[in-house]
Amino acid sequence: MACALEPEPLAEDSGDERPKWDNKLQYLLSCIGFAVGLGNIWRFPYLCQTYGGGAFLIPYFIALVFEGIPLFHIELGIGQRLRRGSVKVWQIISPYLGGVGLGCFTMSFLVSLYYNSILMWVLWYFLNSFQHPLPWSTCPLDLNRTGFVEECQGSSAVSYFWYRQTLNITADINNSGAVQWRLLVCLATCWVIVYLCVIRGIESTGKVIYFTALFPYLVLTVFLIRGFTLPGATEGLIYLFTPKTQILRNPRVWLDAATQIFFSLSLAFGGHISFASYNPPRNNCKKDAVIIAVVNSMTSLYASIAIFSVLGFKATNDYGHCLDRNIHSLINTFDLPDQSVSRDDYLAVLEHLNATHPARVAQLHLRSCHLEDFLDKSASGTGLAFIVFTEAIIHMPGAPVWAVLFFGMLFSLGLSTMFGNIEGVITPLLDLGVLPRSVPKEVLTGVTCLICFLLALCFTMQTGNYWLEVFDNYAISLNLIVFAFFEVVGVVYVYGMKRFCDDVEWMTGRRPSLYWQVTWKLVSPLLLLSIFVAYIILLAQKSPSYRAWNPLYEHFPARQEKLYPGWVQVICMLLFFLPSLWVPAVALAQLLAQRRGQKQQLVRPQLQDGHAC
Amino acid sequence: MAKAALSGGWIFFPRLPCVFHSERMLWPLFFLVTAIRAELCQPDAENAFKVRLSIKTALGDKAYAWDTNEEYLFKAMVAFSMRKVPNRETTEISHVLLCNVTQRVSFWFVVTDPSKNHTIPAVEVQSAIRMNRNRINNAFFLNDQTLEFLKIPSTLEPPTEPAVPVWIIIFGVIFCIVIIAITLLILSGIRQRRRKNKGPAEGEDAEDKRATAVTVENGIPCDPLDMKDGCLNDAFMNEGERLTPL
Repeated sequence: MACALEPEPLAEDSGDERPKWDNKLQYLLSCIGFAVGLGNIWRFPYLCQTYGGGAFLIPYFIALVFEGIPLFHIELGIGQRLRRGSVKVWQIISPYLGGVGLGCFTMSFLVSLYYNSILMWVLWYFLNSFQHPLPWSTCPLDLNRTGFVEECQGSSAVSYFWYRQTLNITADINNSGAVQWRLLVCLATCWVIVYLCVIRGIESTGKVIYFTALFPYLVLTVFLIRGFTLPGATEGLIYLFTPKTQILRNPRVWLDAATQIFFSLSLAFGGHISFASYNPPRNNCKKDAVIIAVVNSMTSLYASIAIFSVLGFKATNDYGHCLDRNIHSLINTFDLPDQSVSRDDYLAVLEHLNATHPARVAQLHLRSCHLEDFLDKSASGTGLAFIVFTEAIIHMPGAPVWAVLFFGMLFSLGLSTMFGNIEGVITPLLDLGVLPRSVPKEVLTGVTCLICFLLALCFTMQTGNYWLEVFDNYAISLNLIVFAFFEVVGVVYVYGMKRFCDDVEWMTGRRPSLYWQVTWKLVSPLLLLSIFVAYIILLAQKSPSYRAWNPLYEHFPARQEKLYPGWVQVICMLLFFLPSLWVPAVALAQLLAQRRGQKQQLVRPQLQDGHAC
Repeated sequence: MAKAALSGGWIFFPRLPCVFHSERMLWPLFFLVTAIRAELCQPDAENAFKVRLSIKTALGDKAYAWDTNEEYLFKAMVAFSMRKVPNRETTEISHVLLCNVTQRVSFWFVVTDPSKNHTIPAVEVQSAIRMNRNRINNAFFLNDQTLEFLKIPSTLEPPTEPAVPVWIIIFGVIFCIVIIAITLLILSGIRQRRRKNKGPAEGEDAEDKRATAVTVENGIPCDPLDMKDGCLNDAFMNEGERLTPL
């Protein structure tokens, strides 16, 4: 209905006050905390390393300028102007676009489920870090205490701790196994902590965000300083940042840069719209958007420097151990005096022995040690945090301290992102009036957290990790791009570019320049469309398979590639398509309601003369 | 000399004068015994074990040199371990044979029975060494990794686990703190709401009281209405009576 789009009365809430930020810093920190998450720590460094080091920064910053910042400005601007959560905002812009808001709400809900499950694992590691030696530094002994457990011996102590003692993972997604009580307890704690922080909405998160948003920076700085003092850090950094520009010819690089910016800023979740809606009406949202987006990217860069200095140390350490193992073999076989061959002499001695006793040397099956091979071993996601980095930490002096700091940092990063996710769930619920007004907010947040906790129990089963990958790969990637596309198109074309520019001018005092207008109208929608198409093509080419941890696999510890069974594929497809279906569904429902309303108006005699509401 | 016995079997002994005829008989016997004993201790011989020491790795600067005295100590430790086995209490240091000592510091050893013709089965030696591994290690300031008996697996020490796992303690602390904080927040929220509900009702009482209470202007309490002037403006006195609750 056109009369719903009156400008000024929107600033008034019908009767009760909308919550407000205590000060601008709280708002900025909340948005930064929401945007800066686990992906900045464990996805960006991996992408940087895989796609040619310093060269990756080029597509990354291009994507930031042409896609990230404009989309972000739109979200903040529209939220601040219409002063409503994501669902109501879209209903106001156009009832036909109400599905976008509901879709964003669904996305926030799904992400809350599995994001907190990741935090459950982080919390488990955090709780286990308060001991020396760390439990993942040694393998447990087997039954007759003459050696280590076979599964651990075949892989490594850290892998064993992650796959067996934490996840207790099964070899197939079909065998769900039992709920792991340790993880259940951690999950309950995570949800209780989240509830404690969001219990009163931004009143409570606003206090906690000072700690959770700033603590990670402190820890990253500490790790950076420590990392630089460790041997081998500079090798890691040089290897990371040496640009390999020929890799830019691969279109995959550009796609990954664009998606990384997009997911990194947590766009199209509705959380930023909700945060911006609590702002005073006249707030410079343009400056905020640029600041937050740039801080997010700088954090990614800062984190990757810290991570890679530690990983460089780990690679040097592993290289040293590789040499030591070979030297040990040589000394034992040729009965050379103990400690007579240093790491520097190794190659010369090997050459000499190879010349004099080639057969015996060949029998030893010495593994060739190259530092580059160890530096190349990259990992992203949970592999980086729980396997590679934990192994690096074991070798640092004072390991428990570093483990506590690292997992504490991951937890606060995840927690501040959870605030944004929960905000994207609760604000629409409040705006829609799901519970009557007399019911206090604490009850609504409590019920939401309880429902999320119960649904997330599926991630505490032995196949939880596999399900998490399903959610991560299928549920969020494409749907967010769809919603972001509709966001841009909705605001620019349906709400009206001129109208939005007027609003921004009213709020910030300056009209958006040509850069903003061009990116909003043309560049961002086109970019999103091309990402969407590219994603579909890539996913169609990839078979729906997962990599299982199977100790009986012949190439163990390599993971076994298995296809998803039929019922899992169905669930994948549902997760893939259902959220986006909100948009056409609501549009259709609205169309039918309009038609019915028109028919009724024709039937009923016109008593009111088109009285505007 | 032993090597000569191994290689050929022909032993050359010096011609001795006839007066030492009995000793002359002893020499071949001596060499024969040495030969047999030498044959008992060989690399990969039956019931022989290889030992490898990494003294420099273990002790660094304080490493001692491996000489015949250390070998003697080793033989003593092995003999000591064997003596603890039932039926082998008569094992002497001379029953333990060492051979093939290399610069690595590795060597082979066997334990012979009192007749010195046969070696004690490997199983017995293995169990004896395993029982006393700690004593043997300590005698040389080494550990299981730096004093290796190849083919004798060492019993690994399981890590000491506290009665209550550490993580449960930390979890308990965090959980209790969080639950208490939630309870406090909920209670304060309830109290706030009750105060807000009572607020409008209390407002009415306050308004009535104000009409009869001591008026205060600029922090200086004025006298009641009906007595003095000064604080009160006469023009507004009528208004004061008509204070209505909002």
